[in-house]
Amino acid sequence: MSEAPKRTPLYDLHVELGGKMVDFAGWEMPVNYPLGIMGEHNQCREKAALFDVSHMGQVILRGENVGEKLETIGPQAYATLKEGKARYGFFTNEDGGIMDDLIVANAGDHFFVVVNAALRHQDIPHMEANLEGVEVTEIFDRALVAVQGPKAEDVVGALCPPARELKFMETTLAEINGVECRISRLGYTGEDGYEISIPEGDAIDVCRALLAHEDLEPAGLGARDSLRLEAGLCLYGNDIDQSTSPIEASLGWAIQKRRKEEGGFPGATRVQKELAEGAARTLVGIKPTGRAPARQGVEVQCTEGITIGQITSGSFGPTVGGPVAMGYVSKGHGTPGEKVNLIIRGKAQPAEIVALPFVQQNYKR
Amino acid sequence: MTTYYSEDHEWITVDGDVATIGITAHAAEQLGEIVFVEQRETGEEFEKGDEIGVIESVKAASEIYAPIDCEVTEVNGTLEENPGALNESPEGDAWIYKVKVSDAAQLEDLMDLDAYKALIG
Repeated sequence: MSEAPKRTPLYDLHVELGGKMVDFAGWEMPVNYPLGIMGEHNQCREKAALFDVSHMGQVILRGENVGEKLETIGPQAYATLKEGKARYGFFTNEDGGIMDDLIVANAGDHFFVVVNAALRHQDIPHMEANLEGVEVTEIFDRALVAVQGPKAEDVVGALCPPARELKFMETTLAEINGVECRISRLGYTGEDGYEISIPEGDAIDVCRALLAHEDLEPAGLGARDSLRLEAGLCLYGNDIDQSTSPIEASLGWAIQKRRKEEGGFPGATRVQKELAEGAARTLVGIKPTGRAPARQGVEVQCTEGITIGQITSGSFGPTVGGPVAMGYVSKGHGTPGEKVNLIIRGKAQPAEIVALPFVQQNYKR
Repeated sequence: MTTYYSEDHEWITVDGDVATIGITAHAAEQLGEIVFVEQRETGEEFEKGDEIGVIESVKAASEIYAPIDCEVTEVNGTLEENPGALNESPEGDAWIYKVKVSDAAQLEDLMDLDAYKALIG
């Protein structure tokens, strides 16, 4: 039995703006607007783009010592996460695989967590079952939008001066257009920008006020994917899943030193072993030499013709001006500059391992 | 010259026993911005329904199928350098192949413009 796709508080605005609506993780979302994926991608790299990410799960955690308790289900240092700060993290399973990746923010009297749309039904019971004494509340009455790009500060700051003061991975409450919103300086494009949680009844008005700025245009899920891929950011379900460890996924940077040393999270044994000895496979950037995009599932071979891995995300990178991909390669491979072959429709196409990201990240630190 | 349309959203304009094949404007619109075209070579022979190439947009890959039995006589080489032409002029300059028609009777199974318009709504 399939349910009808759900609509976000911005649905009517998407239709009015000419959004091409598709079913994504059970939500009716715009894949692009009349500007097109490449135009929207370039808009975000050059000026600013507005994305509806209301399909993601917004969760509030209230209770004593929430940060300490979160450390029992994920390898990040949440106990020391200061008020007003946000952190990228993930929940791990007992085998050290990634259950979901998420953003956790310390909002003072509560923690604010944003999880992947398709995994809310796993994550929320998981938190309820494991965070003893913590009240876990999913918020259904707020939209979540992202304003991303080098002009994001001008666009949001024009309506909300406190937004200018935030640095990368900081969060605050502030009014936009007379509506109190939670504004966090982070995103999923590699550009500077914000994610803004807005009461659903005001979401369209706030977005219209933002869109009145000449440097902001709406962008859909298509551009969101090509932007995050160029920025070397993982997509859950493609690049990371229950079987991939954070070390394999080159996400060791997201595990703070104390947690690496002390462990004390599900799968810590595997993570610590891989930190010491290296992982069996590693997620790397892969740049096809020719023009053919290498999609998810494409086999990666070394130049001797032996299979060494698989593409997990691949598309055309508008800023790069050619195909870009990420994938896993086995131990002993994956040094930038290494030549490999990608088996696309039965033919070996040359490619090279490259350092991620493909496009320099542009965060306001 | 007569133009026919396939359910796979290709057009084929026939002039005697030679024909030109491409994708329809509707197909190009659905695919979005096209970034890569993989074509077969001159002299290759195909049966109706064979895969005769792949078109990749930013979003996804999509196959091109032979609308009839045919032999490729010319490949539009400009698409390799400029795949975006398929968005600009899919039913004009951005044709994909010129072919020799092997069995003209198969054209009867294809659609005329009115029938194709009805298909795409």
